[in-house]
Amino acid sequence: MATRYFGQSIKRTEDLRLTTGRGRYTDDIAVGTGTLEAAYVRSPHAHARIIDIDVADAIDVPGVVAIYTWEDLVGAAAEPLPVLIPHPALHAPRTGYPLARDEVHHAGEAIVMVVAQNRYLAEDAAAKIRVDYQPLPAVVGLDAARAAQHAVHADVPDNVAARLVQTVGDLDAGFAAAPHTLELNLEIERSCSMPLEGKAVHARWDADDQSLRVYSSTQASTSVRAAIAAKLGLPLGKVEVIAPDVGGGFGAKIVHPWPEEITVPFAAVRLGRPVKWTEDRREHFVSSAHERGQQHHIRVGFDDAGRILALDVQFWHDNGAYTPYGIICPIVTSTQLLGPYKPGAYRVTFESLYTTTVIVTPYRGAGRPQGVFAMERTMDAIAARLGLDRTVVRAANFIQPDEFPFDQGLIFQDGRPLIYDSGNYPDQLIMLKELIGWDAFDDERRRARDEGRLLGIGLGCYVEGTGPGPYEGAHVQVQTDGSVEVAIGLTSQGQGHQTVFAQIAADELGVPIEKVRVTTGDTRRFGYAVGTFASRAAVMSGSAVALAARAAKAKALRVAADILEVDASDLDIVDGVVAVKGSPSSAIPLGQVAVLSNPLRYAFDEAAKAATQFAKPADPDKPPVAEDDEPGLEGKDYYSPPRSTFASGMHAAVVEIDPDTSEIAIRRYAVVHDCGNMINPMIVEGQVHGGVAQGIAGALYERMAYDEDGQLVNASFMDFLMPYVTEIPQAQLGQLILGHQETPSPLNPLGIKGAGEAGVIPVSAVLASAVEDAVGVPITAMPLDPSTLFELRRGRSADSSSPPTRPDAEGVSR
Amino acid sequence: MTRGEAPTGEQQHRVRLTVNGRAAAATVVARRTLSDFLRHDLGLTGTHVGCEHGVCGACTVLLDGEPVRSCLLFAVSVAGREVTTVEGLTPSTATADPDTLSAVQRAFRECHALQCGFCTPGFLTTITAGLRENPHPSADDAVQMIAGNLCRCTGYQNIVAAVLRAAELSDADEPPVPEPAEGGA
Repeated sequence: MATRYFGQSIKRTEDLRLTTGRGRYTDDIAVGTGTLEAAYVRSPHAHARIIDIDVADAIDVPGVVAIYTWEDLVGAAAEPLPVLIPHPALHAPRTGYPLARDEVHHAGEAIVMVVAQNRYLAEDAAAKIRVDYQPLPAVVGLDAARAAQHAVHADVPDNVAARLVQTVGDLDAGFAAAPHTLELNLEIERSCSMPLEGKAVHARWDADDQSLRVYSSTQASTSVRAAIAAKLGLPLGKVEVIAPDVGGGFGAKIVHPWPEEITVPFAAVRLGRPVKWTEDRREHFVSSAHERGQQHHIRVGFDDAGRILALDVQFWHDNGAYTPYGIICPIVTSTQLLGPYKPGAYRVTFESLYTTTVIVTPYRGAGRPQGVFAMERTMDAIAARLGLDRTVVRAANFIQPDEFPFDQGLIFQDGRPLIYDSGNYPDQLIMLKELIGWDAFDDERRRARDEGRLLGIGLGCYVEGTGPGPYEGAHVQVQTDGSVEVAIGLTSQGQGHQTVFAQIAADELGVPIEKVRVTTGDTRRFGYAVGTFASRAAVMSGSAVALAARAAKAKALRVAADILEVDASDLDIVDGVVAVKGSPSSAIPLGQVAVLSNPLRYAFDEAAKAATQFAKPADPDKPPVAEDDEPGLEGKDYYSPPRSTFASGMHAAVVEIDPDTSEIAIRRYAVVHDCGNMINPMIVEGQVHGGVAQGIAGALYERMAYDEDGQLVNASFMDFLMPYVTEIPQAQLGQLILGHQETPSPLNPLGIKGAGEAGVIPVSAVLASAVEDAVGVPITAMPLDPSTLFELRRGRSADSSSPPTRPDAEGVSR
Repeated sequence: MTRGEAPTGEQQHRVRLTVNGRAAAATVVARRTLSDFLRHDLGLTGTHVGCEHGVCGACTVLLDGEPVRSCLLFAVSVAGREVTTVEGLTPSTATADPDTLSAVQRAFRECHALQCGFCTPGFLTTITAGLRENPHPSADDAVQMIAGNLCRCTGYQNIVAAVLRAAELSDADEPPVPEPAEGGA
C-alpha cells in the first residue's frame, strides 16, 4: 500500500446512500407492507395513582387491532424495567414498567398501548381511552427534591436514590495550609440529546421459525436483544436486533430497553404481525431522557500562586423519576470535575435525587459539562480573588507532561482507577492562547470599549475519559472475490463508522478501501458488543477491527506461504495481492487465498474449483483442515483495555454583550482538541463542530421548562430553542477556529482516544467565563439568556455591595 | 382526485400528482400529510419527519420548485402539482453512483456536511432551490439560505461550506430539478 488510510480525511461511504434518500432508518423499514402501528396513552400528570382505565370507546374505533395495558403483560415483561448499571451507592434504585402499573411518576409515562392499521387510527383510539387518576404531589426541581416535603416514590421518603463520597488526600490539612479560601454555589439546568430522529422500533414475529426480528433506533443493539429475549422469554438465538441508519443519538438511545422496545415486540409476537412505533417530537420531549440538572456547593483553599491545596465539592443531581442508567452521570461529574488539574486534596460528595420529571441519563458529555463548569468557575474565582490572569492560575494547577500516567486516586465510571494515560496540557494552553488571541485581548477590549462595545474573553479546560470497556469485538472475512466484510456489534448514529473502520481494516490487510464493507450494530453479524457511548467507538471497535484484521492477515500469509512455498515472514499484502517482499512475480491475489483457505468437495463456482479435493496433490497424512485451524479466511478478535484513555481539550471565546439589551453574541470561538492519533481528521472535526454547537445550545438557549406541576411547557421545537445556523459561530465567517494536538494513547494498538463528546464539555464554563469577564457580574448558573443577564447587571448596579469579579470590567473599579 | 370510503368509514381521495418528474397516485384520507403520503403511500422514504410542526425542516420538499414543509401540507391539497423530493435530486435514479450526484449532493459529501443524515434531505432540497435563486452566494448568504433548517450533528459548519462548494460545482452543471412554475401554482 503506497499510503495509509489511517490519518486521512477519507470521504464517507455512508454519504452516497444518505444524500440520495436511500438511507434506511427504522421508520423506513418495509413501508407499504401493512405493518401495524402503535400509539400510546401517556400520563398527563407528573405524579398520580391510576384508578381505572376504560378502553370501551377505543375498541370500536375502526382499524384498531389491539389495546394493551400493564395487565396484559406477562412474565418478565410485567416486571419493572432493569436497573442497567447497579452500584453499591445506589441504595434506592427505582424503574418503571413497560406500561405503567399503579402509579405514574412523570408526565409522559406510557400507560396504554394501542395497535392499529396506521398511526392516525391508533391516535384516534388513544384519544378515546379514559384513564381515571388520583393526582399526587409533584416534585419538580432539586430544591423540592431536597426539601422532601413530598416523596416521588413513597418508599423513598427523602427522595435520595444514591449518595457517594470519594476523598483523595488530606482535606483538613489542605485547608489548614491554605492562605485563601472561597466558596461558590452553582447551578446548571436540564437540557437533552434531542436527535432529529426520535426513537423507533419495528418488530416482526416469524411464527414458522418462532423467531423475532427487531429494528430499533438504538445505540446498543446487542443489549437490546438480550433485554428483549429476557423480557419476552425467548431464546437469545431466536431474537435478532438491528440498528439500521440511526438519526442521531447523543446518549438518549443508549438507554434500553425503552418501554417501547418491550411492548412493540410483545405486540408483534402476540398478534403475529409486524408492528412498529415511531416516536413523535412531543413524545421525545416527555418520554425519552434529559440530563444536566445539578446544583453545586464548592469550598476551595489555595495559595498565593492560585494552586489548589484543598477542594471540597458537594453536589445534588436530579435523576428524574427513575434510575435505569444508575448513577453514571453524577459519578462522571464527580471524577471528571478535576480536569487537567491536581489539587492537593479533594473530597466530592453527591446525592442523586428523584423528581417527578423525565428520567435523566447520559447526554453527550454525560455529567462532564457540569463538573467542568464547577471546576472552571472555581479557577476563575481564584484568579479574580488573587488578581491573577485566569490562564496563569490554570497553568499553576496543571498535571505536567512528565507526570503521566497520572493517578487521580479516584474510581471512575467504569469501576477502574482514574489514571490519565497521556496528555500535554501546558502546550495545549499555549496553542489556545494563540488561537484566540489571549494576550492581545486587553487592547481589543479597550478599543471596543472606546466604540461603546462590551467585550469579554473566557476559557475552559477539560479532560475526558473515553473508550471505557469492558470490550468490543470485530469479525473480518476475506471473500473469494478479494473483497472484505467487516462486522462489529457496536452501532453508528452518524459518526461515520462504516468509513473509519474500513480505513483501519484496509490498512491492516493491505487492500484498497473500496474492497471493504463494514456492517455495524447487526446482531446477525456480530453478537457480542457493549454499545456506542462514552466516546468509545473508535477506541474500542477501532482497536478490535485492527486486531481482527491482523488475525486475518496472519492467516492469509500462512496459507499463501504454503501455496507459494516460501516463509510467511517473507510475504506481505499490497493492494490486495499477497507477494514475496521484493519479488512481486511470486504472488497470489488475496481472493485466491480465501478460496484455498476453505478445502472444498463441491465447486459451486469457477473459482472454487481450485479448492476441491482433486485440484492439486495434497499430503495424504495431514487433515485438510489442521487441528487448531478452521476453514475460511477470517479473523475475529476482541479489544478489552485495562482502563479508559483520557482525551482533553481547551476552549476559549470572545463574547460581546449588548450594553442595553444584554444580548450575548459569540464573536470568536477557539478549540484545541487532543484525541490522540486521528483516524479521519475530517470526521473528528465534524464531531468537534457538533459538540461545540450543542455546548452553545446548552449554555445560552436550551432548557427544560417545567412548571411547578411537572408539566414540560416547552415540549416542541417552537418553544425549545434548538439553535439554527444563525446561533452558532461559523468557521466560514472566521468565527470558529480549531487546533489539534495529538498525544497518542499508550493503551491501545492505534494510539487513539475518543472524540465524540469532547466539543460539548467546556462550553458552558467558557461562555460563563467570557460573559463574566465582559460584565463583571458573577455568572453562577447556566443556561444564561439575555433577560437573566439583564437582571443580573441591573441588580449589580442597584446593589453596589456585590463585588465585581474583574476590577476593570464595565469600567467599574473595586 | 376521486373520492371513496375507506374500510374505516373515513372518506378517501384519489390523489394524482407528479413526483420527481413521474406521475404518481394513491388513495388516501384527507388528513394524510404530504410527508406521510410520500413516505408511506409512495415509498419515498428519503423525506424525513423530524418534528411534525414545521420547525425543523427535515421534511422539506420542492413544490413546483419552491421549498415547502411537507409535514404541514395535506396530500389532497397538492393534487395535480409537481413535487421534488431528495430522490429526485439525482439525475440518474439507477444507483447511488458518486458521478451521478447533483452538485449539492456532491458538495455535501465532499465537505462532510452530514453526519447522521436525518436532516440532510431537507437541507439538500432547500439549498437546491436556494442556489437557483442565488447561484453565487457569499458566506453570509449561505448562512441565511439554511437558516430555517435544524441539524443536531454538524453545528452547521460544513453545511455552510457545502453551500459554497455546491455553487462552485453548479457552475459546471445543469441543475436537474424542475424550475419553479410560471406565476406560481
